[in-house]
Amino acid sequence: MKTLSALFLIFARIGGFTFGGGYAMLPMMQKELVEKKKWVSNDELLDYFAIGQCTPGVIAVNTATFVGYKTKGFPGAVSATLGVITPSIVIITCIAVFISNFQELEVVQHAFGGIRAAVVALILSAILKMRKKSLVDIFTVIVFIAVALLSLLTDLSPVIFVVSAAVCGIIIKIRKEKTSLKKKEDNR
Amino acid sequence: MMALLLLYGEMFVRFFLVGLFAVGGGLATLPFLVDMGEATGWFTQLDISNMVAISESTPGPLGINMATYIGFQISSEFGTLPGILGAVIAPVGVVTPSVIIILIVSKILSRFKDSKYVQYAFYGLRAASFGLIASALLSVAKIAFLGSQEVISAESVNWLCLALSVVIFTVTVKFKKVHPILLIVFAAIMGIIFKM
Repeated sequence: MKTLSALFLIFARIGGFTFGGGYAMLPMMQKELVEKKKWVSNDELLDYFAIGQCTPGVIAVNTATFVGYKTKGFPGAVSATLGVITPSIVIITCIAVFISNFQELEVVQHAFGGIRAAVVALILSAILKMRKKSLVDIFTVIVFIAVALLSLLTDLSPVIFVVSAAVCGIIIKIRKEKTSLKKKEDNR
Repeated sequence: MMALLLLYGEMFVRFFLVGLFAVGGGLATLPFLVDMGEATGWFTQLDISNMVAISESTPGPLGINMATYIGFQISSEFGTLPGILGAVIAPVGVVTPSVIIILIVSKILSRFKDSKYVQYAFYGLRAASFGLIASALLSVAKIAFLGSQEVISAESVNWLCLALSVVIFTVTVKFKKVHPILLIVFAAIMGIIFKM
């Protein structure tokens, strides 16, 4: 029960401070889930993000469901998901009821100018922390650069990148296995 | 009363379908919402562009924000209270397929997680995930520092914003304990003070 309410509260905090799409959650999830609670590792977080983009639905929600399920099974998945959507529901409803033309308010626009600067810095610092674990050799560096460039310059769906990178990963590793087996045989 | 219940039912089903078919994040829901508006007459293209502006000016996942806003708008014809309930039903509709699918994927993964092929796949997949995050970072950075201008010149760069970003990045490197939320609040205040 304690873990369930902790999951709800952590994800509500993450949902309430995520500005600009699912990726902005990354620095906060890293802080709360990897560094503080140690419920998941940086590697697992990257896996969930990748799968969250290939499966239908909102990335932030998919990732929350994953972490919740891993931590506390089905009830955990529901708590984390409800947590991540609750702030949105409350804030948007308040705006819809009380404030018209919210997005045109000058204060809001200035605040968002500042927040965007913070989001850039926070994501940059989060991915620098993850770099060592996911870019382990030349193959992963090539995949990283190729995916980053292609997704920036084309409109291709992330699903294509993730699935082809996974297939390439399997092929490369199997080839490596075969060559190392051969070397052993040759040595004999 | 009956009309309202029918509306809730239709809303849940339609948003469930959006959640089921929109792959790749919040903006991927956009074409589906355009279709929904045309099919039902619940909202127009202009309403949609307003919703995107509001969703981007508030915290939370884009897809959820848009669903909440639409849910309220559609059902508030019946009054504010039914509107609030509608604002809950629409986002719950969007997330339901996600929860079901992720639960199935998690079950399958935990059964095969020791398979070497699954591990090989993750070896490639992690690098791709990392690449996608890096490209998202670059697009956020472009909007933050260059605005919506297409031509890049020294005048179009928002130096104030860039400086704030550098300061915050330095803080995250030097003081590892500082919570991201604190930095976001600080940045919002700076944005208001310096009219960024």
